[in-house]
Amino acid sequence: MNKSRGARLRRRLWAGRYLYLMFLPVLLYYIIFRYGPMLGLAISFEKYNLLKGNKNLITGILESPWVGFKHFESFFNSIFLWRLLRNTLLINLYDLLFNFPAAIMLALLINELQSRRFKKAVQTITYMPYFISSVVIASMVVQFLSPSSGIVNNVIAAFGGERQYFMVQPESFRTIYTMMNLWKNVGYNSIIFLAAISGINGELYEACRVDGGGYLRQMWHITLPGIASTIVVLMIMRLGHVLDAGYETILLLKNNTNQETSEVIGTFVYRRGIEKGEYSYATAVGMFQSVIGFGLVIFANWLSRRYSETSLW
Amino acid sequence: MELTRKHTGTIRVSASRRAFLIFNTLFLLLISFAMLYPVIYVTAASFSDELAILKGEVFMLPVRPYVKAYEKVFRYPLLWQSYGNTLLYTFLGTAINLILTVFGAWSLSQKKMVGRRFFTLMCTFTMFFSGGMIPTFLVVKGLGLRDTIWAMVLPGAVSTYNMILMRTFFRQIPDSLVEAAELDGCRDFGILFRIVLPLSLASLMTIGMFYAVGHWNSYFPAVLYLNKRELFPLQIILRQVVLLDEIVENSSSTENVMAEGIKYATIVVAMLPILCIYPFVQRYFVKGVMIGSVKE
Repeated sequence: MNKSRGARLRRRLWAGRYLYLMFLPVLLYYIIFRYGPMLGLAISFEKYNLLKGNKNLITGILESPWVGFKHFESFFNSIFLWRLLRNTLLINLYDLLFNFPAAIMLALLINELQSRRFKKAVQTITYMPYFISSVVIASMVVQFLSPSSGIVNNVIAAFGGERQYFMVQPESFRTIYTMMNLWKNVGYNSIIFLAAISGINGELYEACRVDGGGYLRQMWHITLPGIASTIVVLMIMRLGHVLDAGYETILLLKNNTNQETSEVIGTFVYRRGIEKGEYSYATAVGMFQSVIGFGLVIFANWLSRRYSETSLW
Repeated sequence: MELTRKHTGTIRVSASRRAFLIFNTLFLLLISFAMLYPVIYVTAASFSDELAILKGEVFMLPVRPYVKAYEKVFRYPLLWQSYGNTLLYTFLGTAINLILTVFGAWSLSQKKMVGRRFFTLMCTFTMFFSGGMIPTFLVVKGLGLRDTIWAMVLPGAVSTYNMILMRTFFRQIPDSLVEAAELDGCRDFGILFRIVLPLSLASLMTIGMFYAVGHWNSYFPAVLYLNKRELFPLQIILRQVVLLDEIVENSSSTENVMAEGIKYATIVVAMLPILCIYPFVQRYFVKGVMIGSVKE
């Protein structure tokens, strides 16, 4: 019996040989570029030997001396931990708090438009910034906020205000970043919600109207519950990235004077790892971030399955 | 897919409703303007006299229009080279992305493939946990890919999210179609290229667009993996000119006189291609988001 099962398996594997051939490059990609780095996490427990590692990552990992949790301990005991956690969490929290409601509002308002052409035009325009690169957007922000020639300061000066050095004020950074992200992403997010709204059964609105519900009531009792599962799924996905989102853009806007609020985990890992070459330490910090992010996704998924019957898995 | 309002009845419109509709239209016009304004301003400033920019005279249209800033930007040799590099990375990268994504999505969608559940899990796991920046950097470095084109296209060769989307799409292709082709003597590659892909052109376009825009806009891999100036993509040059003030620092005093104009012109040069193509392809992007929002 065992033999026939083996033979059957062989036959099935053989029947799928071209599919395996197709999958092979993809498999190699995942092993090398996605799982390879996971093995590389080992160096966070080591004193990574640059010379050996320069030739070959694997010998570098194997031959570097083991130091246990030393890098983690020094990060946890450093002054950076709380500042980084505070900055990373606050920047993402602000983003979440403003972006989600704004996108939902925008979707609801666009949905109320009567003219299909106008609706489409508004969608096209609000979606556009999503495709502009973060370097272009950061460049615009820096230019617009420039104290000498930026349009924002020109307007402030025209109303008799004092010109502000926005980019070097730590207290302005989160506001700047949140507004920038709002401009970039609100249209994109609203399209997701619009798609969800268009999937709501029209009879529900009919029923609500028959019961005397006005438009606000329809919005509250039908539209919002109708897109709740979309909101939850997006929230879960977003929560998993709450510690790593945005650091590439933040890196563009960060400078030495605003880093009290602009330094986040991702930019810190970049600075210590890539710029200073402290690979082991930076990997430990990055791993701390990945593990917490992973835990957050699992937690959010559990929470949501428990209370709203919506989940990723 | 059309986004139509499901609850438009034929009932009469009350006064408060009409007031709301007017307010809503005005409000959305204002929002649209706010979305467009930064782009309008940058374009206007790039064609304006330096003094007009500094004095804050520019609002919607170029003031004392001239094109000197563009002349300077276009004379910057690294700009053209980086433009070429970005084009190369975008085309090569997108081609690799599409081939691998289609191969992965199609094989994972076929019941014939034993172990596809395991492989799918293996791929999706990477969406939630990753080795992170430094280990990935060390892998790329270890493979000797630094300062080569491959560092720009291989580390992100497959987006798991896009592959899962494509797999969901492929699953909707009726089995009978595939079986009929098999009876006609088509092998897996033949089925994929002759039957499945022609049916999925719209989805391919959509996913290809997202990949292409991603390559065009990406700057961080270049920061990580490239040191040679002649390999730099456009976004890096833009970063140097505007955010790091490089072109201005090591240039003559006449160029310093129009530093702002040059910066605005470089921004325009970097975003123009995307903005030109966007109106024509935006329906694909809208479609892409909608496929993604439908939970499996």
